[in-house]
Amino acid sequence: MSTENITYSSADAGTDSYAGTYETTEGKVYSVSGGDWDTISAAPDGEKERIVVNMGPQHPSTHGVLRLILEIEGETVTEARCGIGYLHTGIEKNMEFRSFTQGVTFVTRMDYLAPFFNETAYCLAVEKLLGITDQIPERANVIRVMMMELNRISSHLVALATGGMELGALTAMTFGFRERELILDIFEMITGLRMNSAYIRPGGVAQDIPEGGVDKIAETIPLLRRRLKDTANLLIDNNIWMGRTVEIGFLDLTGCMALGVTGPILRATGLPHDLRKSQPYCGYETYEFDVVTETTCDAYGRFLIRVREMEQSMRIVEQCVERLRASAGEPVMVADKKIAWPAQLSVGSDGQGNSLDHIKEIMSESMEALIHHFKLVTEGFRVPAGQAYAAIESPRGELGCHLVSSGGTRPYRIHFRDPSFTNLQSTAAMSEGGQIADVIAAVASIDPVMGGVDR
Amino acid sequence: MSDNLIPVVPSGVAPLDVIAVREGAFGVAGSGDTSGFGGLVEAIVLPPASQRPYGGDFDELADELDLSLAARHITGAIEKVVVDRGEITFFVERSKIREFVTTLRDEPGLRFELCVGVSGVHYPLEAGRELHAVYHFLSITHNRRVRVEVAAPDSDPRIPSIVGIYPTCDWHERETWDFFGIVFEGHPALTRIAMPDDWPGHPQRKDYPLGGIPVEYKGATTPPPDQRRSYN
Repeated sequence: MSTENITYSSADAGTDSYAGTYETTEGKVYSVSGGDWDTISAAPDGEKERIVVNMGPQHPSTHGVLRLILEIEGETVTEARCGIGYLHTGIEKNMEFRSFTQGVTFVTRMDYLAPFFNETAYCLAVEKLLGITDQIPERANVIRVMMMELNRISSHLVALATGGMELGALTAMTFGFRERELILDIFEMITGLRMNSAYIRPGGVAQDIPEGGVDKIAETIPLLRRRLKDTANLLIDNNIWMGRTVEIGFLDLTGCMALGVTGPILRATGLPHDLRKSQPYCGYETYEFDVVTETTCDAYGRFLIRVREMEQSMRIVEQCVERLRASAGEPVMVADKKIAWPAQLSVGSDGQGNSLDHIKEIMSESMEALIHHFKLVTEGFRVPAGQAYAAIESPRGELGCHLVSSGGTRPYRIHFRDPSFTNLQSTAAMSEGGQIADVIAAVASIDPVMGGVDR
Repeated sequence: MSDNLIPVVPSGVAPLDVIAVREGAFGVAGSGDTSGFGGLVEAIVLPPASQRPYGGDFDELADELDLSLAARHITGAIEKVVVDRGEITFFVERSKIREFVTTLRDEPGLRFELCVGVSGVHYPLEAGRELHAVYHFLSITHNRRVRVEVAAPDSDPRIPSIVGIYPTCDWHERETWDFFGIVFEGHPALTRIAMPDDWPGHPQRKDYPLGGIPVEYKGATTPPPDQRRSYN
């Protein structure tokens, strides 16, 4: 529609400055906001009526700052489009001005429900460029896998919780967030932070698991397993839940391939595509777990996949706990002193921060250690020129990191292929022709995280 | 940059791509370099074009690709091939990109079902090839990946769109247009996606400043990130 020669005039001057009318080449356009629908309900007399509804970006059921632009006929959606960019923070550009180690603090904030996946994808790309993928200590890889799988559970729990809330299942919401808290407690114990941890670093992880940490994880697993069963039972055979999700948000294999959709949506079409199996990283090939699939291609199938994937993640976490017990005391950072972050922090008598042993070493024992510390902390390590792409299976699908280095201490260009961004494109295919209420169910089943979409 | 910085290559080999020029021993700008190497100038080049055999499974893939392109009468599509760090990159002539990716998608021996997207990289030092569009493809059937790179000059930043072949590139191409100003010709609605519609400039190009303000804390001032000392 051409918007030349628009003349704005307030339909109801003095009450709402945003609600007005203007002329376009395709007729008069009435903007309505809030509860003033009555003021124009009779206005387009004899005119062709098209109703375009903006849902979001500030709307409790659009899953974050997602703007849905829906053209509707009655309750039926005839066209659905997404407006994104409301959470764009320029992470990729900012990272070009920070060292490779500092970059971790940026990527962890992208898909904020899956921070450890962002960090791992980034670190794998950096390590690939450095050529040290094989030198990452075994214990660091086990910790990475464990953090990622715990994170997968917490992310899927939020998907169930917010998805449930958006469809009116408020108990699922309170249960989901309660269970997630158990996992966030583990994260806090290991990394010091519940989210945005910046824990996985190029070369390994920032710190070893604290004393008693592995036992706490082992204690939490049975409790988590029991509670997850409760949450799942609440919804699995629930008539209302099934009524809202079965055969809703349909997207088959062809649609997934064309739209580049991966993750639970793709596995709900019956294709067992999981990068943990097909292109293993961090030693996933040595763990026993199954790739969960469904064949329903709908929102209910995606829900079932998330529930059952959490069980598989528990299996992996249990195997990690065994390995962590066996490898206690082994290094968690690459041995190369020109790359490894110099100090393992420990809690001092003041309750925070420094490792006194490390300070003693660099200040009075080893001049080389002091030089390495100074160079690594102020300047960072150099990464040879070239480009690399590392992809991992995040809770939402393929999370890829394309990294270009110019041989310096900062990324030359870094791009993240976030699965939320790509999967969100399927909104139109999933919801056009359905009811408005089903748009919510479809978007909830995509489970987009806007921090990852907009970056 | 003077031409004598670019390393000489044998005839018949694609010239090296200079990504950066480093000066001094530490790459510090705007600060005294007391190392005695302050006059050192060094060109940083990207990995060079690879010659056969590529190693690994890449030869099989390249053979398959050559046969498929020949069967479809597509010639001169591949500018050079770079095998580096266990990944293969095909640099494709921009006018041939549509035929090239159609081949990737449709030939049974290639069968790259999934395009994981396109993004841009800006190389201001590569005269006439400043803007690169980088595509990654995944074949689930054959479980392999390939990277395809297309270059366009800054003065004519147009690359044919592949949305008709891989619809998933819709948003990815919009994002690349938004951040790099690469015009994907044939895209159904090439509009900005992350930045506001009326935003001037393309933020992820190298000539676009990061911006920022100095931060004051307890009497000390920290300059914005793009004005701090860097060691590149």
